[in-house]
Amino acid sequence: MSLDKEKIKHVAKLARISVDEAKVDSLTKDLNSIFKFIEQLNELNTDKVEPLTSILNQSLRSRKDEISDGKIREKILKNSPKKNEEFFVVPKVVE
Amino acid sequence: MSNITNQSLSEILESIKSKKISSLELTQAYIKNIENAKKLNAFVTTTFDQALENAKKFDNKPNNEQLLSGVPLAVKDLFCTENVKTTAGSNILNNFVPSYESTVTKNLWNNGAFLLGKLNCDEFAMGSSNETSFFGNVINPIGDHLVPGGSSGGSSSALAADLTPATIGTDTGGSIRQPASFTGTVGLKPTYGLCSRWGIVAFASSLDQAGPMTKTVNDCSIMLEAMSGFDEKDSTSINKKKETYSKNLKDNIKGLKIGIPKEYRVDNMPKEIDELWEKGKKILKDLGAQLIDISLPHTKYALPTYYIVAPAEASSNLARYDGVRYGYRSQKGKDLIEMYENTRSEGFGDEVKRRILIGTYVLSSGYYDAYYLKAQKVRQLIKKDFDDSFTKVDAILTPSTPSSAFKIGEKTNDPVSMYLNDIFTVPVNLAGLPALSLPAGLDKQGYPLGLQLIGKALDEQKILNIGYAFEKNCGYKNEIKKWWS
Amino acid sequence: MSKEKFDYFINGEKGKYEVVIGLEVHAQVLSNSKLFSGSSTKFGADPNKQVSLIDSAFPGMLPVINEECVKQAVRTGLGLNAKINNYSVFDRKNYFYADLPQGYQISQYKNPIVGEGKVLLDMPYGSKEIGIERLHLEQDAGKSIHDMDPSSTYVDLNRSGIALMEIVSKPHLRSPDEVNAYIKKLRTIMRYLGTCDGNMQEGSLRADVNVSVRKVGDKNFGTRCEIKNVNSIKFMQMAIEYEANRQVELLEDGKEIDQETRLFDTKKNETRSMRSKEDAHDYRYFPDPDLLPLKLEQKLIDDLKKSLPELPDNKKERFIQEYGLNSYEANVLVSEKEISDYYEEVAKLSDKKLAATWMMGDLFAMLNDKGLNISNSPISAKNFAELVQSIKSGEISGRIAKEVFEIMVESGDNPKKIIESKGMKQQSDPKELEKMINEILSKNKDKVDQYKAGKEKLFGFFVGQVMKLSGGKANPQLTNEILKKLLKG
Repeated sequence: MSLDKEKIKHVAKLARISVDEAKVDSLTKDLNSIFKFIEQLNELNTDKVEPLTSILNQSLRSRKDEISDGKIREKILKNSPKKNEEFFVVPKVVE
Repeated sequence: MSNITNQSLSEILESIKSKKISSLELTQAYIKNIENAKKLNAFVTTTFDQALENAKKFDNKPNNEQLLSGVPLAVKDLFCTENVKTTAGSNILNNFVPSYESTVTKNLWNNGAFLLGKLNCDEFAMGSSNETSFFGNVINPIGDHLVPGGSSGGSSSALAADLTPATIGTDTGGSIRQPASFTGTVGLKPTYGLCSRWGIVAFASSLDQAGPMTKTVNDCSIMLEAMSGFDEKDSTSINKKKETYSKNLKDNIKGLKIGIPKEYRVDNMPKEIDELWEKGKKILKDLGAQLIDISLPHTKYALPTYYIVAPAEASSNLARYDGVRYGYRSQKGKDLIEMYENTRSEGFGDEVKRRILIGTYVLSSGYYDAYYLKAQKVRQLIKKDFDDSFTKVDAILTPSTPSSAFKIGEKTNDPVSMYLNDIFTVPVNLAGLPALSLPAGLDKQGYPLGLQLIGKALDEQKILNIGYAFEKNCGYKNEIKKWWS
Repeated sequence: MSKEKFDYFINGEKGKYEVVIGLEVHAQVLSNSKLFSGSSTKFGADPNKQVSLIDSAFPGMLPVINEECVKQAVRTGLGLNAKINNYSVFDRKNYFYADLPQGYQISQYKNPIVGEGKVLLDMPYGSKEIGIERLHLEQDAGKSIHDMDPSSTYVDLNRSGIALMEIVSKPHLRSPDEVNAYIKKLRTIMRYLGTCDGNMQEGSLRADVNVSVRKVGDKNFGTRCEIKNVNSIKFMQMAIEYEANRQVELLEDGKEIDQETRLFDTKKNETRSMRSKEDAHDYRYFPDPDLLPLKLEQKLIDDLKKSLPELPDNKKERFIQEYGLNSYEANVLVSEKEISDYYEEVAKLSDKKLAATWMMGDLFAMLNDKGLNISNSPISAKNFAELVQSIKSGEISGRIAKEVFEIMVESGDNPKKIIESKGMKQQSDPKELEKMINEILSKNKDKVDQYKAGKEKLFGFFVGQVMKLSGGKANPQLTNEILKKLLKG
């Protein structure tokens, strides 16, 4: 299969990355060569193979239900490009 | 004393313990080296003041009972370090200062080491040449026109140039072993789950693993011992007793069975790589090991599988870089969505964006089964290949890379040819196994080449032992002319 | 009891339509800390005070699951008579939003922790079983605040990462009333289990409502619309009503219904398309590589099953059998665990049937008036039982009981003490009563004569006088008997 520019723009939208119109052509070329390479997998019949969910053969470890974290608002907000004393601040969200 | 920084970590530790040198003198020597090596561009951040403070503190009250007593270490800038800028080689994190310390670096500091600086790397560890870093490419001390490998290129360069006595990197598809191979150093990717991933900027969670990069196998065992261990903050951390790799290091490998997989002889592989492999086999055989031909039939599918799994996970792991809570935020855009799109477009470099797009695409509706699910099935087959082989052998010997260090700019316009550099390292990550890259010789241009030893899960001690024996008998010596200073 | 017939249909010119509803209920798990981090889940904290580095998705942060949340999900599954899956997987649901720090929500997609189950509803037209499709665990998002600044949105992550159970029903619901009954039933079950407090004001229980319509008799479902995040039963009912009618109108006009996500505007009482969600349908689910599959041991499930409390359906049956209540009474008294506990305590010490009547009458009316619930009732179960017993034994009349009840509400005192101290005990001694009545009759000779001459209406006058003289304490039945006897003589 080959990726056209429209498809790439759609995927970029999903990934929330704006794509420079001038770069779309070279991006399309690169991605198509990568996908051509990836699609070698189609040679293999995997109908009877179980997909791997985890490389580790153990069950999920759990923790006790205790309050051991939080109350670090200053640390949480410190690195934010825009904030006030209590909140992260972002451009208006249009619902 | 003048060339203390030439020495191995274990030799340096001896000198510190025997008070032949103080921690402060040692630290000053490295600082001098680093200041003279700006051309290599190995460091993103230096923490000299902090390091000198720590060195003085150590000298005032030396504790020589620790694994890394009084030693300054520079680490890859993918490890979050408390109150020290952590960039992951990306513009999107260029002003990020964590309030926390990664488990692995904390383990190093708890063993007596302290931070010397943060090492350049490919952006979000995505690259094989350290050319994708926002902070510029790193130069291989082997030659001013050569890449140091990647993604832990700052680490390999700094280590080979004597800017740090040892270092740590991360390896998602070869990012420790390939740069080690390109610089004539030792690099180990541990078993998935042996070293905690907590506090390491994530690339591909099911593949990422931190590991040591050192001058010798003994150093490697010391570093691994210091950095590894169970961490309850990482759900994929393996809960097992801590091992004393350095104490248990042995060079007797008589009777061990070494698998030689036929699929690692690939088309267009330089003759020198083949010869190097032959040399390695002979050394091990002469040491009493038994060579056994094995087959890992799905090897050729490892790289395509990797280029589905890793970008898929990365596309999701990197979704958090949205300019809201930390890092770079674009000032362009009229609403939240535009802010996201511009922030991520300006904040990420081309290779990272490419991989996010690949990952987003292979997970998207209508393509999931054909790509992601297919890849996870093939991953199962690759794992099974190794499982089957390890019923017959103790370890597997392969070349580390299909070539020596290539030229800066040589592969930047052809992503697939760049990806192919990881052809021998990637299967190990997919199977979660440990693998050690050892310097084994030089090609005809005089550039280092490495061999890789792959072990069973959690069998680090065995591959370290084999590597230790190999190192003693290989006669490799890294002779680097300090052309940069 | 005569059964009503189900009759929620929408009549169009081209036919009669049936409304098909499925709910995705998001119930906040009762736990101290969040699903994957140690931050508190307490409601009402200052903004961003209950946020860890994990909840705000700092680089390198990793999730570790809270064992209690897993148990709570299993308990809830058992309470819904559902299949508990020994193997489940956490997936990432990827989308961008300001209050979703990771850029994905950890949820369960292909392998949820709980599979199919069922819930029984008591409707006026009989009982109805609603199928449960699945229950899975997931993280809540934070909160975006749009009205504090004209040009910016503020983000509070206190809720980010709190454990939710998403309970997905089959499309078995057919009317706003059934939705009401279903939500209330789920809430009751979870409150019995202690797995969710069901507090809709605090957002502990919210739902996405899937609505479609089809002509009565059609086998195929119509195109559905999803109304997102409705947080009260009343709004759910209004939204369904509006949405079903909107869809019928479209169909009647020969138009198509777009499958889409809609928002219920509570001010305008209408649903509208959520354009911001348009491209968000592609969630790119995949197993979260930071977590391993969750494997539950059968023993854990069995142990949790053994430790479950009696659930409302069983309790209702028992109340009918053991206390002789009718189905309606039993339903009301099991609707909240605290109510059923109170009732059982009262019933143990007093007349079971009379206790139910008085609880559902005066007690509930009083609580309702005062805006209280049973757990902070000013009347203890023990005192209430004594009051019921005093009525039953004839010690006080129903009328006096109401007075005693009022005093109990005010003072919290024991009814015996009130009756004693205020001398409110019923006068039931025939001799005393006879003495009193004779006194009255002798004082009102003229009226006695009139009565005897046939003015029988005056009987009421004499009763009144007895009550006045006794301060209302004369046993009414006895008074009647004695009066009749003496007036004859």
